[in-house]
Amino acid sequence: MSVDISTVKRVAHLARIAVTEDDAARMTGQLNTILGFVEQLNEVNVDGVEPMTSVTPMAMKKRPDVVDDGEKAADIVANAPIHEENFFVVPKVVE
Amino acid sequence: MTDLTALTIAEAREQLNAKAITATELTGAYIQAIENANEALNAYIVTTPEKALEMAKASDARLASGNAGELEGIPLGIKDLFGTEGIHTQAASHILDGFKPHYESTVTANLWADGAVMLGKLNMDEFAMGSSNETSYYGPVKNPWRAKGSNADLVPGGSSGGSAAAVAARLCAGATATDTGGSIRQPAAFTGTVGIKPTYGRCSRWGVVAFASSLDQAGPIARDVRDAAILLKSMASVDAKDTTSVDIAVPDYESAIGKPLAGLKIGVPKEYRVDGMPEEIEKLWQQGIAWLKDAGASIVDISLPHTKYALPAYYIVAPAEASSNLARYDGVRYGLRVPGKDIVDMYERTRATGFGEEVKRRIMIGTYVLSAGYYDAYYLQAQKVRNLIKKDFEDVFHAGVDAILTPATPSAAFGIADQDMAADPVKMYLNDIFTVTVNMAGLPGIAVPAGLDARGLPLGLQLIGRPFDEETLFQTAYVIEQAAGKFHAPKWW
Repeated sequence: MSVDISTVKRVAHLARIAVTEDDAARMTGQLNTILGFVEQLNEVNVDGVEPMTSVTPMAMKKRPDVVDDGEKAADIVANAPIHEENFFVVPKVVE
Repeated sequence: MTDLTALTIAEAREQLNAKAITATELTGAYIQAIENANEALNAYIVTTPEKALEMAKASDARLASGNAGELEGIPLGIKDLFGTEGIHTQAASHILDGFKPHYESTVTANLWADGAVMLGKLNMDEFAMGSSNETSYYGPVKNPWRAKGSNADLVPGGSSGGSAAAVAARLCAGATATDTGGSIRQPAAFTGTVGIKPTYGRCSRWGVVAFASSLDQAGPIARDVRDAAILLKSMASVDAKDTTSVDIAVPDYESAIGKPLAGLKIGVPKEYRVDGMPEEIEKLWQQGIAWLKDAGASIVDISLPHTKYALPAYYIVAPAEASSNLARYDGVRYGLRVPGKDIVDMYERTRATGFGEEVKRRIMIGTYVLSAGYYDAYYLQAQKVRNLIKKDFEDVFHAGVDAILTPATPSAAFGIADQDMAADPVKMYLNDIFTVTVNMAGLPGIAVPAGLDARGLPLGLQLIGRPFDEETLFQTAYVIEQAAGKFHAPKWW
């Protein structure tokens, strides 16, 4: 499988990365090189093979469903480019 | 007075405990060495000399009162991927501009609890994506090693290029690093240092900037095998904050060093003999086999039939996980924001400006292989192949093999701005051909220097072990180190 420039632009939008016409053209070639390389996986017979879901065979650890952390809103917004009174500030999204 | 930066961690530990030197003196020597070298090598992005001296002073107090930890007063460099409270943590990316976490990663917290001293944050490939340290927003790191009679700058490998270069140039006693496809072992091999990627689940991933969560593992880069064992013991822990952290007590890795190899069975996989591999690498591998045989190990030929599919499967799984993990960089919660005409435009401009070329490439691949209609063909197929790769190893270990010996990399360090690699991303990816299988299977792997090539550049061997059997790797790597000797880059900077 290979991608064309319109697919690259669509994927860039899905990934929320702005691309110029030149970017998209350059990326098309590079992505096709990589997709060409991974193509060889189709040779592998995977009949009856389960996909890996856990690297180490172990049951997911669980913890009691209790609040054990919190009251740190100021810490959480401290690194935001713009914040006000413990809120993240974003451009207007609702008219 | 002898140069304090020449001491290994084990030697410095002894001298500190004997009160022959102080942590403040040792730290001061490293601060001076960094000041003299960093402009040339670019190994550190940020240095924290004041914090280092403050920590060293506290170490001296604990040493004086007999409360010294296992790494008391040992100055370390920290890869920029580890969250360090109040200190530059930006994964060498523009998009994390100004980020200073209000928390400490579990791995670094473990090191400070044992008394280690922080010298600063080390350069790396952006978000740990790269094999040459050239994708860093902060510019490439130079390898302290140069070919004989040449002034050409070489890459230190990547993504932990700053960690490897700093250890090789003696700008820290040891360093933290991370490995998603070979990012500890390949730079270790390129710089004549020792690097171990432990079993998935051995070191907590909490507080470490995520790249590919099912593959990422932290580990040390050190000057020798013993130092690597000392550092890993401190970095590893059981951590409730990481659900993939495994509930197995951390052993004393150092006690495995010096044990004889009699009775050990070492596997040599035929699939690691690849086309175009330099003859020197093959010779080095044969030399390694001979050393282990001489030390009493038995050598068996083994087959890991799905080896060649590990790298292509990796370039589906890792970008897929990365595209998801890196979705959080949206210009809202931390780092860079580039304004736009609406919120989507702001996201797109921020990410276009903040991410470098290689990171964008991987996010795009990941987004594509996870998108509707392609998921089964790519991602599901890759996860099935991943299970086959893992089963190859399980079969070999089940048949009684204790560890597997392979070359660490298919070549020695190459030049900065290599034209071939710049033109074809897959050429760069092939650097990880021998290391990536280990991440896909979640196994431990260690790279240990085993010789120099004809140009005088270091080459490494890799040992792969059973899950949570890092001890056998330290035991075996030490035998290689004893036979090969240690290698130190002649100083030119």
